[in-house]
Amino acid sequence: MATTSLRREIEVTSPTRQRVMGILFLLLAAGIWLLFGRGTEGGLTTTFNLVPGGIDSNLPDWKLPTLATLNVLAMFSAFVGGVQLVRGFGRRTNLILAFVSGFFIFGFLTWAAAGNSLNLAGLLNTTLSKSVPITLGALSGVLCERAGVVNIAIEGMMLAAAMMASLVGSISGSLWIGLLAGVLTGALLGLVHAVLSIKYMTDQIISGTVINIFAGGITAFVSAKFMQSVQSLNDPGIFKPFEIPLLGKIPVLGPILFNNNLFVYAMFIFLIVLSVALFSTRWGLRLRSVGEHPKAADTLGINVFRTRYMAVLLGGMMAGFAGAYFTVGSVGRFDEFMTAGRGFIGLAAMIFGNWTPFGSFGASLLFGFADSLASKLAILGVNIPSQFLGMAPYIATMVVLAGVVGRGQMPAADGQPYVKE
Amino acid sequence: MSDKPTEKPDAGKVLLEELNGGPPSHLPLSRRIGRTLLIPALAVFSGLVLGAILIAFTSQSVYSAWSISPWEAVKAGINEVRLAYGALFAGSIGDPARILDALRSGDSLEVRRAFNPILESLTASTPYIFGSLAVALGFRSGVFNIGVEGQIFIGAIFSAFVGYAVTGLPAIIHIPLALLAGALGGAIWGFIPGWLKAKTGGHEVINTIMMNYIAFRLSDWLLSGPMKRPDSFNPVSPTIQPSAMLPRFFQSPIRFHLGFFIALATAWLVYWLLFRTRWGFDLRSVGINPRAARYAGMSIVTVTIMAMSLSGGLAGLAGANEVLGLNHNLAMAFSSGYGFDSIALALLGKNHPVGVILASLLFGTLRTGATRMQVVAQIPIDIITVLQAFILIFIAAPAIIRTIYRLRTPETEEEEGVTIRGWGGG
Repeated sequence: MATTSLRREIEVTSPTRQRVMGILFLLLAAGIWLLFGRGTEGGLTTTFNLVPGGIDSNLPDWKLPTLATLNVLAMFSAFVGGVQLVRGFGRRTNLILAFVSGFFIFGFLTWAAAGNSLNLAGLLNTTLSKSVPITLGALSGVLCERAGVVNIAIEGMMLAAAMMASLVGSISGSLWIGLLAGVLTGALLGLVHAVLSIKYMTDQIISGTVINIFAGGITAFVSAKFMQSVQSLNDPGIFKPFEIPLLGKIPVLGPILFNNNLFVYAMFIFLIVLSVALFSTRWGLRLRSVGEHPKAADTLGINVFRTRYMAVLLGGMMAGFAGAYFTVGSVGRFDEFMTAGRGFIGLAAMIFGNWTPFGSFGASLLFGFADSLASKLAILGVNIPSQFLGMAPYIATMVVLAGVVGRGQMPAADGQPYVKE
Repeated sequence: MSDKPTEKPDAGKVLLEELNGGPPSHLPLSRRIGRTLLIPALAVFSGLVLGAILIAFTSQSVYSAWSISPWEAVKAGINEVRLAYGALFAGSIGDPARILDALRSGDSLEVRRAFNPILESLTASTPYIFGSLAVALGFRSGVFNIGVEGQIFIGAIFSAFVGYAVTGLPAIIHIPLALLAGALGGAIWGFIPGWLKAKTGGHEVINTIMMNYIAFRLSDWLLSGPMKRPDSFNPVSPTIQPSAMLPRFFQSPIRFHLGFFIALATAWLVYWLLFRTRWGFDLRSVGINPRAARYAGMSIVTVTIMAMSLSGGLAGLAGANEVLGLNHNLAMAFSSGYGFDSIALALLGKNHPVGVILASLLFGTLRTGATRMQVVAQIPIDIITVLQAFILIFIAAPAIIRTIYRLRTPETEEEEGVTIRGWGGG
């Protein structure tokens, strides 16, 4: 591990990267000024509502003078860019990058809602709920890939689990049993992936593709044969949101974070548990060592196969939980191909987040934000096709993958089958 | 188990041996062909058996017969499967009795109708041939092009645009132009991930998946805006000029068109390129052993970029074929997952053009028959996708097939040249 962190240090503080980042900050500043600020008339105000719809509160709206806000954001970003070019922020560069990107997005919102009002709290709340399946999918990927098994089957696992959760939930009349069925479906497909890629040493990407094809076919088959025609087989209901006492009363943050359903809270718990377990326990060290250097791990007495099986099974269960969100956590009904590529976006979020739980969460929030903003743009009357905003996460992932913003540190033995000698 | 030849000193010799599939075999040709076909054939057979089990287990009549006796349930299950697979056969190849009757009666419309299923199967196979050639070419060169679906979309967009926007050309120029436009579109969509892989190491699997979604959004935008048919409420492009339509050989209802023969010619071209030119030798060398290929002085960067562009171009032809030959316009849902099916077909065909054609014919046939099966036996067409997944599992893990049928493991393991190395691509 020592070499990895050393390498990381070098990469983060390299002079080329310092310059690239500085220029990027300046570009974002120029973007705020040219794209948003220049075309805005003076005297307009932007109003942000700070309470999500449907909740009673006498919190006042947040009114900002549009042009002044944009100018401040642009100047501050430019200043930070200048500092970065001259002396650099060193290890805090990524944090600054997050801030400047945040300014850019905030500038965009201020500009888009100029002379108008935008429900900021509602937007953030939608962002959070849209990011739930992406985050959970990414966590599934983190579990598998940290142990050295590439999992592109997240999409298929989610889809199959979504269907089973709805089907079993409707038949049994219990949401909890439906949820359990979803998790078990994920585990079952995880087992298939594990057996194919660990025992039979099938190429892991092909094995994942098989599961995706299978899940797409079987869910469409069952759905067309039973669930579309018999409504009672596809009506599980949903987990209702509930407020956490005390925390839910915090102004602004409370209604956004602490008035959600089971899946959102579970996501936060999984995030914390998985971060701690992976990076501060013996279990996590073993799991990661299997993903980094299985031969060395084997020499030290760690059972590589068992560790990988366990990781892929847990990853499958996580993907199953993510899939159940679609039916019993949000829509209350199964539709064909309803996951719509969220599993792949989860995979992208995992890469974006550098194979760490909280990194993935951050990336998922970004993707969820782009998703929820796309539906708001039309309402605000902004002249950008929502499809282009929808492309943003994919393009951002490709940029990250290309190493423009700094190369991620993927597990060294990711995707390689282990052969015991 | 790990007798990998990477440690041997003579890289050139190793490379040549690997390219020719190990040391020269002394088996006669017929035995070798039989051996090559055995696993795919058993995989397809096992897939059909599993499909039959799925049909029986999801059938209402089997469950109602179960209440009488288990034996009745088995009989009902067999009946159900016979009905389903019978419809599958009649819908894809044709009903033999009907063909004979039609020929005897001499009624030309009746003859056309009787032969329609098999010609429709050939038509349905055409995009599969292009798509799986694209995947196979990628695999041979060591890249996994999972983005065929997106490349098909872009190819379709390009050829549809040339098809309806360019006017006043004779068919002899317009058709090749529209086809080339499709290939160009796909090639661009393949070039980007290829370039990214070669220059930055970004893995093509992730990048092509991302490019797929970008392609969907892009076509969504184009069809609801710039390329939308002026008089329509639906997201659909204008109809292409008659001069850009691929000619059909028979009168309606037979849709069989020139695209099928273009696909066969393309397959031959890919074969010639891969196995008869120096250039194809480079591609295959990099695919099999990049280290040895670099040692032999080949440029991995060039080969990777070329392979992804060519692969994308082939996929683009699939999109062009659908637009110019069948639909004559571009709609959002024109591709029913050809790109993803193509991965399965390329593997089933062992990444060889001949194998790819056979696999594509099989799946075109299955898909055509499944449409009829859906009507006759109320079995959703999606069962074909499930079958495909089963077959793909058996192809990807031949050890399962060997275990089921108690086959001997051949001493020279000629596994297909699928070589993917983690996300980093190194």
